[in-house]
Amino acid sequence: MRFRLGTGLIALTLVCGLSTSEGGVLPDDRADALYHLYDGGGVEINGPSILVRKQVGKSTSFVANYYVDMVSSASIDVVSQASPYTEQRKQWSLGMDYLRGNTTMSLGYVTSSESDYDAKTYSFSVSQDMFGDLTTLTLSYAKGDDIVGRSDDPTFAQDTQRRDYGIGLTQILTRNLIATLNFETITDEGFLNNPYRSVRYADAGSALGYSYQPELYPRTRTSNAIGLRAKYYLPYRAALEGEYRYFTDTWDIQSHTFSIGYTHPMGPWTFFGKFRYYDQVSGASFFSDLFPYEDATNFRGRDKELSPMSSQTLELGASYEFIRADKGWRFIKKGTANFSVTAFSVDYHEFHNVTTGAPLGQEPLYHLDANVFQLFFSFWY
Amino acid sequence: MSKNTGKLPKLLLLLAASVAAAACSPIEPWVKPYERDRLADPIMALDADPVSSAYIQHVYEAREGARGAEGAAGGGCGCN
Repeated sequence: MRFRLGTGLIALTLVCGLSTSEGGVLPDDRADALYHLYDGGGVEINGPSILVRKQVGKSTSFVANYYVDMVSSASIDVVSQASPYTEQRKQWSLGMDYLRGNTTMSLGYVTSSESDYDAKTYSFSVSQDMFGDLTTLTLSYAKGDDIVGRSDDPTFAQDTQRRDYGIGLTQILTRNLIATLNFETITDEGFLNNPYRSVRYADAGSALGYSYQPELYPRTRTSNAIGLRAKYYLPYRAALEGEYRYFTDTWDIQSHTFSIGYTHPMGPWTFFGKFRYYDQVSGASFFSDLFPYEDATNFRGRDKELSPMSSQTLELGASYEFIRADKGWRFIKKGTANFSVTAFSVDYHEFHNVTTGAPLGQEPLYHLDANVFQLFFSFWY
Repeated sequence: MSKNTGKLPKLLLLLAASVAAAACSPIEPWVKPYERDRLADPIMALDADPVSSAYIQHVYEAREGARGAEGAAGGGCGCN
């Protein structure tokens, strides 16, 4: 868990994502096999994700997902404070959707484990189609229970609990335009900081001019996010989509997310591009790159993700339909091969790079470039 | 002035009655089922590839302070 912010939250994202139901219609039967690779900032994470979804009877659909992160990390945190390491995280997800009339009820369960972090998440959601199926209202709830450990101390075990409440409204606006509005509140309680990470403080007695002490976060956090997304069918066969999200939490983090995407089919090919801009205008109130002295504040953190920051992301992808939907092959209705590249460029506005050897106070701000590659095959049956 | 003020409750009552009457009558879908062919096109899916979107979403959440209300939650256009 050393490289990540909120490992349990990742499980929650996956359970919500995989169990997303479409009111009134069960999701298609399909199987996906994905290989993912993240490479940037001294961190390499790769592994498979396998998903299988199958309808049983007329009204129930089951989904299972197996996901692995194989991590090799020499990130800036690790390089400046510890030794490079490798670890593996495995995750199982199970979900069920039950359709009755215009109502879909979904249950989900996710469990993940790694050497120093165990997470379990249970979720439940209800979707209702209304007004001639023009409107879909979704209410969701998820409960996460995590145990945070330390790989160098088998006696260390701390609990974290998480609750997620969501409400979503999807609306057909015209025959070419669909929009969705989502509101999500997530509340955490327990051990929320990283047990390995430290903050630095000015220390005239040290040769570097600073020393380190462990992070100490508040034991509660509540966040609110509201997102609006719309997708438009252009006058020719192509789709344009836009998204905006506002985020705020009790740690004083505030951010805006904008994105615009374009999908263009061409024979058996479908091309996709998306630009996303994330602006974290306010960092956590207890974040500081350099505290003035030891124990300077009640709470302290130096996680770069808690700093004010901005990031730009460009995603380009292509999908090739090698088993055509109009022909099929044996019991397979359609098959696609997909590849995408996502380039991240992140500027941290208050987190400095201490690995350059520059004198105290003159270290440059940290900048991260990372690439994400996804290769996956999908089959509908 | 007092005359205009006196009309306000009546106007509000009329407005409330109109809203109540509208709520009782069924809402006519302004996009008919047979007009949803474009929305049913796979290129218009809000979450075409759940395994891929869940993965990239967790990359975002690991790299940023924000979380939630992004992506394809909800969904569905009743057009299948």
